[in-house]
Amino acid sequence: MPEIILIGLNHKTAPVELRECLAFAPDQTRDALETLQMQAPVKEALIFSTCNRMEILFVPADETATASVIRFLSENKEIPVADFKDSLYIYEGDDAVKHMFRVASSLDSMIVGEPQILGQVKKAYKNTVANKGSGAILNRLMHKAFSIAKRVRKETGIGDNAVSISYAAVELANKIFSDLGKRSVMLIGAGEMAELAVEHLISNGVQSIVVANRTFKNAVSLAERFNGQAVKFEEMETFLKDVDIIISSTGATGFVLTKRQVKEAMGQRKSRPLFFIDIAVPRDLDPAINRINNAYLYDIDDLQSLVNDNLEERQREALKGERLVEEAVIKFRWWLNSLAVVPTIKDIKQKLECIAETETDKTLSKLDSLSPEEADAIKRMTQAIARKIMHDPILFLKNTGEHRDDTQYLSVARHLFNLDTALEGREE
Amino acid sequence: MTLASSQNALFITTTAIYLLSTAGYTLYLFLQKDKLQHTAFGLMCLGALVHAVTTGLNTWCMGTLPVHNLQQNLSIAALVLALAFIVLKFKLNLKILGIFTAPLVLIMMTAAMVLPEAQPAAESTLKGFWLVSHIILIFTGEAALALACGAGILYLLQERAIKEKKRGFFYKRLPSLDLLDSTSYSCLITGFTLLTMGLITGLIYARSVWGRFWAWDPKEIWSAVTWLVYAAILHGRLTSGWRGRRSAIMTIIGFAVLVFTFLGVNLLIGGHHQVFTK
Repeated sequence: MPEIILIGLNHKTAPVELRECLAFAPDQTRDALETLQMQAPVKEALIFSTCNRMEILFVPADETATASVIRFLSENKEIPVADFKDSLYIYEGDDAVKHMFRVASSLDSMIVGEPQILGQVKKAYKNTVANKGSGAILNRLMHKAFSIAKRVRKETGIGDNAVSISYAAVELANKIFSDLGKRSVMLIGAGEMAELAVEHLISNGVQSIVVANRTFKNAVSLAERFNGQAVKFEEMETFLKDVDIIISSTGATGFVLTKRQVKEAMGQRKSRPLFFIDIAVPRDLDPAINRINNAYLYDIDDLQSLVNDNLEERQREALKGERLVEEAVIKFRWWLNSLAVVPTIKDIKQKLECIAETETDKTLSKLDSLSPEEADAIKRMTQAIARKIMHDPILFLKNTGEHRDDTQYLSVARHLFNLDTALEGREE
Repeated sequence: MTLASSQNALFITTTAIYLLSTAGYTLYLFLQKDKLQHTAFGLMCLGALVHAVTTGLNTWCMGTLPVHNLQQNLSIAALVLALAFIVLKFKLNLKILGIFTAPLVLIMMTAAMVLPEAQPAAESTLKGFWLVSHIILIFTGEAALALACGAGILYLLQERAIKEKKRGFFYKRLPSLDLLDSTSYSCLITGFTLLTMGLITGLIYARSVWGRFWAWDPKEIWSAVTWLVYAAILHGRLTSGWRGRRSAIMTIIGFAVLVFTFLGVNLLIGGHHQVFTK
């Protein structure tokens, strides 16, 4: 029986409709955990649920645990098992450990390297701790997961480089201007991506914002939101000499700004650099603008190819992360094995002590001449002999050297001392 | 050990330290580890220190600045460039410029080492306040203009990456266009000011030695050309917005003219600065 089992589904195995059905909302998690602990034979358990995944990690008490947990899911979420069985993955032992480590390190995420997941994993662990759902194994596993996640983030470039259009725009702005705090942005039109880019620029220090819109009312409300200045669409051109970054996202069919207009503005601003971001389709800004000295124009395709490059870069970095995770899994296996040694040591002790005791009693029953003190001394001596005999084997079992396969030594030891038949015999 | 041989040993040590610094900066360029950059910069400072001590010793022995042959000139120019870079690094924290400066210093030092040692001209005219001022100002100015050129080259690399939307090797490694441009500009202003002052002290010195300010000597003519080129760049920048790419290209051209004035005129044309480049 594996020490740890993980069952779950994620964005790769299940469509969003199914994930929605099986997800546990934050306020449901603790109740669900309690039910799970009551209904299924699990010693320790953790439920981790986000919009992209739902995972249950548990330490089984017997062989039926996995089936029980699946049944629990079906009952708790009121879905027949058959509806989600095919989307489930079930990992056991090292595979479960590895999966948990990969999830925490954001290697299994939809956008590899996204930073939120570690916080979510921590939250899930906190719930388990609060519900007294964790024991020796989960505690250690989760703490190792946190530290490996931090290590992956620190030692690989998995979190570097923008992977969204709006962040890519900010990244570029930072390569053109040295201090965004002194720069101003003009937003032409409106749109989710364009507004997001403005927000990112603001969080990167940009303070002065101008909003131009064909519908002045919209300009006013957007300006209100960004704490900026609303201007009429026709005035836009005159602001070219003051602003440094222009984000355009209008529904216009023709060009909103032409090369000639920008060239004129460039003269007025003494060639201080201008950065144009064209998020609109069809495009708002004349591509020829990019040919003007000190003007840089990126349209949505340019930004997308930048994002794709960055994603590829992250994938490369993720390979390094996988290596770190595998290393951590091996080390965790060592620790689990060292746990496995404990019962064997106990059995050896019990067996030898038992032999010493019975044999001493047998002998002592025939020796009537001994005083109680002398009999005690002999008992103590035989126990001491038993302890001395097992001392070295136990020491060896506790530390076989971490590069070797501990389970093999364990099985040899059990055979050598004939522990398993002895136990079976006793049970009978 | 004689004084000459110990000076020689110091000279070689200096060059070796600059070599290590260059290696450090090269590694930094590829690996982007901050530790490398710190080490490389530390080595650059150490190199400049040993270099300064060597030069100080030399000056003390000769009783005048060691600027009497090409070897000594190159060495002094390298020292001044290293010092200028160190100052700039502290003021603007433009780390990556080391990748330009360290190799340039190293090349100058190596050139100085492999050049056959010419007998320094022992002219009495090569002493005095005006001459020393002239030399120090000109060399410092040239160092600043070299840094301006370096920043200009880096600017062009980065500008190309952004304009062509092909982010290659340098895109990630170089700072913003803004920072490169403003660095180049401050170096340009500093360099131009020092160069101007250096030329004026040169004129005064010429008057005191040869009795006239201007002798139509090739070096003088080329110095005037260099000065005019830089004056034009600054003028363009201040009045017609020559910034960014155009300014960077002009700065590089200006430096090419400067190098020609520094070396080319003496080696190819001759003139009364001839003695310094023998």
